[in-house]
Amino acid sequence: MISIKDAAAKAGLMGQAPLQRESNMQQVQSTKWMTHGEAGLTLFFTVAAFVCAFAAAKALDAPFAFHASLAAAASAAAAFAIVNRYFDRPAELPPQEINGKPNYNLGPIKFASVMAMFWGIAGFTVGLLIACQLAWPWLNFDLPWTSFGRLRPLHTSAVIFAFGGNVLVATSFYVVQRTCRARLAGDLAPWFVVLGYNFFILVAGTGYLLGVTQSKEYAEPEWYSDLWLTIVWVVYLLVFLATVIKRKEPHIFVANWFYLAFIVTIAVLHLGNNPALPVSVFGSKSYIAWGGVQDAMFQWWYGHNAVGFFLTAGFLAIMYYFIPKRAERPIYSYRLSIIHFWALIFLYIWAGPHHLHYTALPDWAQTLGMTFSIMLWMPSWGGMINGLMTLSGAWDKLRTDPVLRMLVVSVAFYGMSTFEGPMMSIKVVNSLSHYTDWTIGHVHSGALGWVGFVSFGALYCLVPWLWGRKQLYSLKLVNWHFWISTIGIVLYISAMWVSGILQGLMWRAYTSLGFLEYSFIETVEAMHPFYIIRAAGGALFLIGALIMAYNLWMTVRVGEVEVTTPLALQPAE
Amino acid sequence: MSFWTRHQIFEKNSIILIAGILVVIAIGGLVEITPLFYLKSTIEVVDGVRPYTPLELAGRNIYVREGCYLCHSQMIRPLRDEVERYGHFSLAAESMYDHPFQWGSKRTGPDLARVGAKYSDEWHVTHLTNPRAIVPQSVMPGYPFLAKTEIDTSTIADHLRTNHAVGVPYSDDQIANAVADLKAQADPDNAGTDAFAKRYPKAVVRNFDGKGGAPTEMDALVAYLQMLGTLVDFKLYNEKANLR
Repeated sequence: MISIKDAAAKAGLMGQAPLQRESNMQQVQSTKWMTHGEAGLTLFFTVAAFVCAFAAAKALDAPFAFHASLAAAASAAAAFAIVNRYFDRPAELPPQEINGKPNYNLGPIKFASVMAMFWGIAGFTVGLLIACQLAWPWLNFDLPWTSFGRLRPLHTSAVIFAFGGNVLVATSFYVVQRTCRARLAGDLAPWFVVLGYNFFILVAGTGYLLGVTQSKEYAEPEWYSDLWLTIVWVVYLLVFLATVIKRKEPHIFVANWFYLAFIVTIAVLHLGNNPALPVSVFGSKSYIAWGGVQDAMFQWWYGHNAVGFFLTAGFLAIMYYFIPKRAERPIYSYRLSIIHFWALIFLYIWAGPHHLHYTALPDWAQTLGMTFSIMLWMPSWGGMINGLMTLSGAWDKLRTDPVLRMLVVSVAFYGMSTFEGPMMSIKVVNSLSHYTDWTIGHVHSGALGWVGFVSFGALYCLVPWLWGRKQLYSLKLVNWHFWISTIGIVLYISAMWVSGILQGLMWRAYTSLGFLEYSFIETVEAMHPFYIIRAAGGALFLIGALIMAYNLWMTVRVGEVEVTTPLALQPAE
Repeated sequence: MSFWTRHQIFEKNSIILIAGILVVIAIGGLVEITPLFYLKSTIEVVDGVRPYTPLELAGRNIYVREGCYLCHSQMIRPLRDEVERYGHFSLAAESMYDHPFQWGSKRTGPDLARVGAKYSDEWHVTHLTNPRAIVPQSVMPGYPFLAKTEIDTSTIADHLRTNHAVGVPYSDDQIANAVADLKAQADPDNAGTDAFAKRYPKAVVRNFDGKGGAPTEMDALVAYLQMLGTLVDFKLYNEKANLR
């Protein structure tokens, strides 16, 4: 058994080592010291509060003043919270192990899970609003803050980075501890990651409403948000990596490869796509270093791999942990997961130019993008097969366990949209589909069907585990959620298929005399019924999520307490 | 030792795993992006392309701020119907001074790469204020607040300077006179219009929003829309000149 003292010394991994030396440990057993991390972060946030307050006073535009004040207040609150926690906590930091079992750190995971649910509902609601705006344009209200152009980035960022991001942070922190049989590295660092990340979302989201954007799709936040995200992301990588390094298992579990690839690659993409020069350090506006065709290529190298690594690799990690765990079966093939992993991350990074077919991007780059996008079909389906076949011998559980059904259907949607994607990347198909709603439908079959459902499944598993509940409040409600949302997705994507293909065909239709048959506005008019169906589909998806939030809330509030902590299942070979 | 046994080096060493990931993901990006910076064929040399005037740049920033690119592309593909509907297909050179690019990815509304000089200023002002006053079936949001908001001219020289720093060839003269040029372009009676015309040959000077007083965001946005796609004279453009 490892003594409490040793454990406390090990807890200092992320720079939060106790101030005292090993030699005088004995005498300070009763004295309380601030750790390096506590002292350093308190100092950092105190300085940050003053710097941000100064920046707010000097601000050149109102949004920057607002964000600087927000940052000043948040920094002051953070410094206060750290000092306050120091006075409240016992002299020793939480031990690494209790009775030979890892003392898992669940607090930050609980926070991220709650935020995921909150942002998910916020993001779906904004999505429903902008879907309605396209059907009934008076809903824009002729105000700057409520117009489609400002709300659309709010919707995409809220669902991808706020909902998806919090699910990824929560699950990665849970999975890495369980599969490494080690407490999360760092004492304050995991809290810094979850709180810092959500603060980034707050700044980015309010920025969109105030017109602060650099207009790069899925990378809209301005330079100061980008800088803050960089700091948070590096700490995220360090916490994750340090936990992997102190693992008790010889092998790094498959899901952690995917999480690592997701974290590392998003860092590279973020830095590559966002170098910008601010007009003033006291203003929100900046100009991106890249211009024209190079900027377009950087943007879609980033944009497609935000799909590839944020929305795919990260959520595949969820698949590789939660499906085997829920089905109580090992992963179908360990070797397939090795091939899946390397092939997926190698091929994905090439696929960006398929967003730029027939544009002023050189042909050779377009052709490369198309070729690799088609090849990408193989590892994608390899991964899908690996996920689905994990159910061998447990298929009957689909009948009785709606959570598992949700996870499995998510993988089926993954298979569908990773077939559709390569097909749409073929130049001839793309000449019809590009610029139309078909793309929107494709994205949502992936986002609602794959990312949404696999996240819901993971949260349904995670919440009872985190709060020590025997089971969910109601499996019946999960069933309702599943069916309402599935019908919503089907309405959404079929409406977008029809409207997209219809619009594409109308744009290129000629009369027998050789004139273009339709004016542009006639094609807009033709979209109206499909926009209403799409909004209805989105509303169903939102209703499903509300049912889920209620179910999870009741699970935490009135769920039966689990007596013994279940041992982590090791599904790998 | 089989491949599967060899692979254990990645499964047992997190740093080697990270190094492996970095190498594997670097290849595609390096091959596709780096040549774009040195292959001369990437951006052909075309006469007429110039940096934006201060007023146009301010208008472009409003275009970015309001998220216009989310529904309007600025990239005409070399397909028969697009060329007939919108005009000559877009050239890389036409967006070479765009930081960031505005090619867009969706056409909820029509492409705007060559919208310049197609409609009158008054059409644009009315349409931006209330799109359904001109096109009843339109689903575009109204932007009545643009005509009521004056442009903040205090930092416009810094905007030009920042653009210069990221590679847009603004001259010192253009940067120094940015405020005067911005005001001159929106007011034909302004004394500075001649100096403006020297610094930005062929740029249009008009009272874009049709109202007197200081330049508004409407002036700037309409000035930007009215120059889109008008820089290259396709009567003189030789599409074979850049073949190699």
